[in-house]
Amino acid sequence: MNIKEVVKRKELFTGGHRACAGCGAAIVARQVLMAAGPDTVVASATGCLEVVSTIFPYTAWNVPFIHSAFENAAATISGVEALYRSWARQKKYDKKVNFIAFGGDGGTYDIGLQALSGAMERGHNILYVCYNNEAYMNTGVQRSSATPIGADTTTAPVGKVQKGKAQYRKDLTAIMVAHGIPYAAQAVVGNWRDLTNKVEKALSIEGPKFINVFQPCRLGWSYKPELTCEMGRLAVDTCAWPLYEVTNGQYKVTRPKEKKPIAEWLKLQGRFAHLFRPENKALLDQIQAETDKAWEELLRKENIASQAAAPAQPKSI
Amino acid sequence: MAKGNIVARTGNEAMAEAMRQINPDVVAAYPITPATEIVQIFASYVADGLVSTEFVPVESEHSAMSACIGSSAAGGRTMTGTSSQGLALMAEMLYIAAGLRLPIVLAVVNRALSSPINIHCDHSDTMMVRDSGWIQIFSENSQEAYDNMIQAVKIAEKAAIPVIVTTDGFIISHGMERIEILDDADVKNFVGEYKPKDYLLKLEEPITAGALDLTDYYFEHKRQQIEGFKASKAVILDVAKEFAVIAGRSYGLFEKYRLDDAEIALVAMGSTAGTTKVVVDELRQKGLKAGLLKPRVFRPFPKEEILEALKKLKAIAVMDRSDSMNGHEGPLCAEIKAAFYDIGVNKPVLNYIYGLGGREIRPEDIALVFSELSEVAGGKEKPKVSYLGVRE
Amino acid sequence: MAEKKKITKPGWKNLPEGDLIIGGGTAMQFKTGDWRSERPVHIPEKCINCLTCWVYCPDSAVIVKDGKVIGFNYDYCKGCGICAHECPVKGKAIKMVPEREAKIETCK
Repeated sequence: MNIKEVVKRKELFTGGHRACAGCGAAIVARQVLMAAGPDTVVASATGCLEVVSTIFPYTAWNVPFIHSAFENAAATISGVEALYRSWARQKKYDKKVNFIAFGGDGGTYDIGLQALSGAMERGHNILYVCYNNEAYMNTGVQRSSATPIGADTTTAPVGKVQKGKAQYRKDLTAIMVAHGIPYAAQAVVGNWRDLTNKVEKALSIEGPKFINVFQPCRLGWSYKPELTCEMGRLAVDTCAWPLYEVTNGQYKVTRPKEKKPIAEWLKLQGRFAHLFRPENKALLDQIQAETDKAWEELLRKENIASQAAAPAQPKSI
Repeated sequence: MAKGNIVARTGNEAMAEAMRQINPDVVAAYPITPATEIVQIFASYVADGLVSTEFVPVESEHSAMSACIGSSAAGGRTMTGTSSQGLALMAEMLYIAAGLRLPIVLAVVNRALSSPINIHCDHSDTMMVRDSGWIQIFSENSQEAYDNMIQAVKIAEKAAIPVIVTTDGFIISHGMERIEILDDADVKNFVGEYKPKDYLLKLEEPITAGALDLTDYYFEHKRQQIEGFKASKAVILDVAKEFAVIAGRSYGLFEKYRLDDAEIALVAMGSTAGTTKVVVDELRQKGLKAGLLKPRVFRPFPKEEILEALKKLKAIAVMDRSDSMNGHEGPLCAEIKAAFYDIGVNKPVLNYIYGLGGREIRPEDIALVFSELSEVAGGKEKPKVSYLGVRE
Repeated sequence: MAEKKKITKPGWKNLPEGDLIIGGGTAMQFKTGDWRSERPVHIPEKCINCLTCWVYCPDSAVIVKDGKVIGFNYDYCKGCGICAHECPVKGKAIKMVPEREAKIETCK
């Protein structure tokens, strides 16, 4: 994306929306549309992004937009795209259009997983963007299957006997890769070049695409609003959220310059404050160990995939 | 009009045939007994290139209606079909489609709701979503199912209200009947091209559909929807008039069968109305002034018109193929009684809950209802609500 | 004190059918600037016009003209401070000023 060109264009996600100051979801929406351009139809799941951007009669969307319910952004955009196919076949429509669905982690990992899986399997020419802030922020920070272990949420709170969420988060990107879709990726708020490149690349590929954008949330994670992008980059540097893409099964991982201890990222967030009490050291160590394991596993996948993709070597007898 | 396209069709085949002739832009559907055949047959039309429809074989009924909403909001003529649990799973999206004023047409093959699970006919599924903001049109047989589907498209688009057309599971859906179908060109011409004003694929004029209303707008939007819904009665009648011109078959909000001079009458929807007509004829031969009122349009409920048709009767039996679980009576009966209150008429109205889970309703059952009705007309007391055909 | 302007909202007969908002970007009619407790102030002489602030602003409130940052739209800026934090210039080309001070400054 050429920022000098894009800046001349009209805003596709305008100001005047009611997101919190420093909201990462608004950054995701804006940057995705910067990369996609105006010939785009957007569907959104119910959630923060939809709520803050479409309070009647005010819409922040400068592209056609539809919201219908929480669990069905993928199905809704499927219907829009199906009409496009129908009209193209009937020679009623000849524009090239991007079809993008947005859903938070609640609307994507949890309640919308079935509709997402269905849409991906059916092969619609759509891009699904999950703005993943690791909890149900719109309803007040409840745990989701994207919430990491140990995080304090309102439905898995830190109490006298519990230490926040007791389970590991689900690896949705891997689940999407398992659908055999042509493109799946992880991106982050705080690296606009990477995000917009991935959106552009995704939109250049025919078929179903998925980008899981890690989105720091100042409300749910409890940090200062100006740190939203910083928090995202630190998640990448600590391998809490590795950046990678899988194109036709081929992994490409973006390595941090220097892998930092996960505690550096955790300690800046209110939701993990309890992990730094002496009695929770074991849990903190466990989180580091699991992060390392997941990172190694990702590198292994990249390695295997690249070997598999390499030209077959003649076997020696 | 082309006379003589006489064919043998089941209700499902008739509905699929109507869909082929309508040739919608998008059909998104999920299989469920006994509605499966509709989309299955339609999928074969797609496979054979007989329609230009994009068929979306979704992974659930919830997604079926969600995809229909996407397609319809994007500007396309959109249809689907379902039944029972499928309709229940769609329920959330039915309200949303109606609120967004999207003219989607949905074929519902009536089947009992779980639990207990059952695949046979009753009206509990359609009744469950009776207040979802969809027009509901009931069909007595395959011919009506076919005719109603074609009219539904036009009604939906003119009124900007989605339409459910029902048949009775297995009784109509799988019963082969002799029906008359229209020429493809006549149907194409009748439904015309769908030209929405604002739609998602009109990129040059972006819209936001499904915005969040807070306390300052929700009520106005709902009032607007309600007024649109009331006004749809006139649209339904206009479309019926136009349809009569091409098909030679007339439809109204309901059908009166030997009702004008009747003293006692049944109110029955769907296939039971057909059975009732046979019984009415037999009773008439015996000199009993029996009649039938068959509501075709259950939503919007044609209150004034139905009252006018029923007000001279001495006693009425309302046949409900579902119960409301309100603890006193069935949904159709409740509507009719409430209507009488408004004109200050206190008429004997008996309610019969019948046919749940596909329990057969035979002519002798209906004859029994008429005989009880005669007794009530003569001044005798009978229970207000009876369960017809259930083992005590 | 100025009288509060009375806004008349349309009745049900005058709303577009089906909960539609016709036209894009109508949120621009809604000002969020009064949420702010601190405001970004642009220092042109330090600015390298890399547009990092523009690309990260969640409220599309960085004003760019002919490829150059010329200031902020205080009608929408909520004062989150991302622009100043992300500014790559050593010593920062954007500083955050408490809203109260900024207002006093403007009154002078």
